[in-house]
Amino acid sequence: MPTLDLDRAWDLHPKVSVRPEPFGALLYHFGTRRLSFLKDRTLLAVVSSLATAPTARDACTGAGVSEAELPRYQRALETLVRSSMVVERAV
Amino acid sequence: MTLLDALSFAPGTAPAKKNEPRLVDLFEYGLDAPICLTWELTYACNLSCVHCLSSSGRRDPRELSTDEAKGVIDELQRMQVFYVNIGGGEPTVRPDFWELVDYATAHQVGVKFSTNGVKISPQVAERLANSDYVDVQISLDGATAEVNDHVRGPGSYATAIRAMENLKAAGFAGFKISVVCTSQNIGQLDEFKAIADRYDAQLRLTRLRPSGRGADVWEELHPTQAQQRELYDWLVLHGEGVLTGDSFFHLSAFGDALPGLNLCGAGRVVCLIDPVGDVYACPFAIHEEFLAGNVRSPGGFQEVWKHSELFLKLRNPQNGGACNSCAFFDTCKGGCMAAKFFTGLPLDGPDPECVQGYGAELLKTRKEKDGGPVRPVSSIVDHSHKTTREGRSGLGPVRVTLSLRPGLADGTTPPANDAECEPSPLAGLSFDTSPPSSSTESGCACGPGSCGC
Repeated sequence: MPTLDLDRAWDLHPKVSVRPEPFGALLYHFGTRRLSFLKDRTLLAVVSSLATAPTARDACTGAGVSEAELPRYQRALETLVRSSMVVERAV
Repeated sequence: MTLLDALSFAPGTAPAKKNEPRLVDLFEYGLDAPICLTWELTYACNLSCVHCLSSSGRRDPRELSTDEAKGVIDELQRMQVFYVNIGGGEPTVRPDFWELVDYATAHQVGVKFSTNGVKISPQVAERLANSDYVDVQISLDGATAEVNDHVRGPGSYATAIRAMENLKAAGFAGFKISVVCTSQNIGQLDEFKAIADRYDAQLRLTRLRPSGRGADVWEELHPTQAQQRELYDWLVLHGEGVLTGDSFFHLSAFGDALPGLNLCGAGRVVCLIDPVGDVYACPFAIHEEFLAGNVRSPGGFQEVWKHSELFLKLRNPQNGGACNSCAFFDTCKGGCMAAKFFTGLPLDGPDPECVQGYGAELLKTRKEKDGGPVRPVSSIVDHSHKTTREGRSGLGPVRVTLSLRPGLADGTTPPANDAECEPSPLAGLSFDTSPPSSSTESGCACGPGSCGC
């Protein structure tokens, strides 16, 4: 399982589109033709702020993720890294 | 709970844990835009498959113009419909087909198109292989010419195989071979898989629906109970890498649920835009009963999707009716609405192919008239080739009237009766130069989504 360093900068893959839905969001990767569903609006907020937040941890904090919830969001982000939806951002 | 779900097709992956909200539960209330949209571009077709869902053959003079079609694509882009499944008819015989494909991909709307292969020349295959945003699905309903051509018409097997050879030669790995499972080809599943492997393609199996002309041949061609079991066992064993478009969720009542949403997506995550712009709840439901509106009306497609009375009605948990007491209702959900409707069964009861046998029982109780069961009539125009319809009336074993138009196969000579077809399918084709597609991912955005794609 690839680990996601919360203290580094991340972003959505440039070929990924995000479509908000009442329950969360749909992510579609035009390169891999994969679809993922975010079942949570908070995760959508995290994912949407990755590009501007200095680190993934900042993106989570900014979206209101508590310290206790952090591991769960980290795991979700790791899954997105595995499917190339989220990639590391050069700073 | 997990925070996200990947819907890429991965058969064998563990189902969601019991206490999590399943996607299926979220989707029952519908989405802001479809995940899986089928768009039939034309009713014109060079073939006359006996089970055609859309009773295609002849072009409809009211079909959307190039500009209107582009307007629909603009809307799909605004709604973030990432992917459309283009079909027909035979979509590639539309003279503006490639122009529309280019327009869609330039507007962040990916395309997977279904074709009988008639226009997939080596040159077309070459260009397709170079686009990330376009996927191809070749229809094949028999692993041998004998079985295939009996349903799809003389010469259609050779046409499909030639298209696959061209795609393979061009290096287009992972295109789809789409098979409608019938009583005549269930015994060929291994052979289909071998064909897919031979051409570096991915096999896709879907269910025969009693829709369109399919209603006329359903009794003859739908798999027997024993064949359904054979299919289920085969899917459990070989499901890895085989797409089903979530077609077979009614088979879940054999035991474990098959991978997929197991949900009727009609009007919730799926819909159909037909060649004249009519919007139906699903590709298997071309009937006024399932007509939600038209893209030409004020507000366009988005208005229909968001506010049509029919779709709002469909976006509620399904009423199991007679199926409520069945132990398998949670995964089977009573099966396919269109299958019930077109065989004349009530929508809140079992699927005609219910593997517990309840559907077969119910079929026996249907009202009869003129020696056959009473099925829904429709005032929607039948676009079948007229000669084919006449030739097939009252036949037992189905024989297809030869209607493969000479000259179309090599894309050089337009048929005389189809003046709107340009001689070359390459007119206006200018695919972007994105990296060659090496993806073998599910071509359809819905993956195992609850749709017919």
